[in-house]
Amino acid sequence: MKKKLLSVLLCTAMVATLAVGCGGGNDGGSDSNADSGSSTASSDSGDDADSDGGESSGGGTYAIVTKSAGNPFNEKTAEGFQEVIEAAGGTAIVKHPESATADAQVSVIQSLISQGVDSICIAANDENALQAALEEAMDAGIKVCCEDSKTNPDSRQVFVNQAGVQEIGQALMDAVLDISGGEGQWAVLSATSQAANQNAWIDAMKEVMESDDKYSGLELVEVAYGDDEPQKSTDQTQALLAKYPDLKVICAPTTVGINAAAKVLQDEKSSVKLTGLGLPSEMAEYIGDDDDHSCPYMYLWNPIDLGRLGAYTSMALVDGTITGAEGDKFTAGDMGDYEVIAADDGGTEMILGAPFKFDASNIDEWKDVY
Amino acid sequence: MKENKSILKKITDSREASLFIVLIVLCVVISLRSPSFMTLKSISDMLKNNAVIMIMTLGMLGVLLIGGIDISIASTLAFSGMSVGMLMKYSVVQNTFLLFLIAIGIGALCGLLVGLIISKGKVLPIIATMGFMYIYRGLAYIIANSQWASAENLGTFKDFALGSVLGINNVIIVMVICYVIFFIVMKWTKIGRMVYAVGSNREAAQISGINTSNVELMVYTVMGTLAGLCGALAVSIYSSAQPNMLYGREMDVIAACVIGGVSMTGGRGSVAGALLGSLILAIIAKALPLVGIEAIAQNTVKGVIILVVIVLNVITQRMMDKNNLKGREM
Repeated sequence: MKKKLLSVLLCTAMVATLAVGCGGGNDGGSDSNADSGSSTASSDSGDDADSDGGESSGGGTYAIVTKSAGNPFNEKTAEGFQEVIEAAGGTAIVKHPESATADAQVSVIQSLISQGVDSICIAANDENALQAALEEAMDAGIKVCCEDSKTNPDSRQVFVNQAGVQEIGQALMDAVLDISGGEGQWAVLSATSQAANQNAWIDAMKEVMESDDKYSGLELVEVAYGDDEPQKSTDQTQALLAKYPDLKVICAPTTVGINAAAKVLQDEKSSVKLTGLGLPSEMAEYIGDDDDHSCPYMYLWNPIDLGRLGAYTSMALVDGTITGAEGDKFTAGDMGDYEVIAADDGGTEMILGAPFKFDASNIDEWKDVY
Repeated sequence: MKENKSILKKITDSREASLFIVLIVLCVVISLRSPSFMTLKSISDMLKNNAVIMIMTLGMLGVLLIGGIDISIASTLAFSGMSVGMLMKYSVVQNTFLLFLIAIGIGALCGLLVGLIISKGKVLPIIATMGFMYIYRGLAYIIANSQWASAENLGTFKDFALGSVLGINNVIIVMVICYVIFFIVMKWTKIGRMVYAVGSNREAAQISGINTSNVELMVYTVMGTLAGLCGALAVSIYSSAQPNMLYGREMDVIAACVIGGVSMTGGRGSVAGALLGSLILAIIAKALPLVGIEAIAQNTVKGVIILVVIVLNVITQRMMDKNNLKGREM
């Protein structure tokens, strides 16, 4: 009897939660519908009102939408964006969605449309899911560009790419050449053998190595895979050291791998040196020019510059300097000239530049950043 | 012919002996292909890098012996390790010994909770620990709050894994101590025998006056305690605390037990078997990159070796059982 009562109670509770949950969902849905409805209806007046506001402050209203709140990398990107926009006299709106989902970004985009901003610069949480919202924005005359991670070509005008595969391959290859002293054996410690970005970078390095005679003294002995696990990366690094006594440099273009390898090399006081792509906060202990440190320098992109270029791009799109078509050129303030090029996915992009170098001189200021 | 049979009998007399032979064969084959494998440094590196799995294998031995399973251990490890990392990062606690105690305490609490749900709540172990796998992993992420503790934050704590006593690395010493304690407890104490009794026949154990649910509770608490200890060890070994530490590695721990001849249905298995099983796994992990097997094929080779060892083991077990029955018929 008691059990029956309990199960009935539980069932009621479940139904109640369901009802409340659905109710909440419906409310949210109808709200946003109403919002978007009113925004399309009043998009003209909204634009007018906004450009009025814009003129009085000497510029337009530019929005940046990051992937999510609470990520130091995103905060820095937004910081760079804000700095450039405000220096130009515009108003910067920074939106961090509460979670790293496309849903959260859609509702942010819709509220930005109803606010009537001039441009949206977004780090997409999903390549395709934002299409409807962003097309609606572009129909309303809002300029759309992506930074950090792109949407599909239909949902954007241009993509601000933080890391061209070619640039990364070149930078890493030059680092290997420099650290090895011009010749000798070197190895790659990657993540998994299926990681698309890792493989693209490794292939780019190989291409760079073949393209110029100055790399002819270098011998790539092995590409090892640590699966982005500290334990396996440690095993792989130790195996590299055991197998190739003449090894000079290990290049690890993955944050977990470079960290594990740095630890192994530094603990063993090995003469083998390390470079690659790593997080400054993780690698601070290992970066230095002397023999006590295993990594002379490494690379990653600079989130602040990424935000700044996003800002310049947004402004160029709004004032009509560029339309996002291939071949467009513009000057991004003190960052220099940029050109819009064709991207692999059929859309267009511009590339921020060579990755940012972290060495003994700047690691202390960056290790607290991200 | 007769002599042959007696040698064969000796070998098949114990599963541990057959495992030991597999181990020797593996070592010989590997050192033939890679002479650097059998050096003291290489073995010490291997033990240190696999200490975490090897220690947790002991706890899993206890859990499997009573017919249970615990897949929440890697999450418990991440939770305790992450807690230690954050305490260091924000300079709340700096004392290495105290940090180890905290990690062990967190692990023990986690294990106790798992044990309570399973033994008193009568929930199936696989289901209960699946729930806790998510809970503890989630807690690790919450504590981390999208921050990692890196080498720089870990000050003197990371020196523990670098230090050594009498030329033996601290981590390996901790592991050896764990194994010695477990060996003694499981073989010669009442508690150890109670675990075996519950595992081989729960009803009989209950009738003979053993509080089976308390034994169950104890086994899961011990498992959690070891996972907590390993959390601190892992942070010290890799000087990095990340919430996704050892993600999915509970399977390696279970695999080590199974290779070591621990029965998944309970009652059968030994500390020596757990040691040999986890050693074989460690050797495979260490050797595969050394002998120059193509990177993509390494996981496949690992799986094949594990399966071959287990099948060998099962065959030995069958022969043992057969021999025992023969004796009875006579």
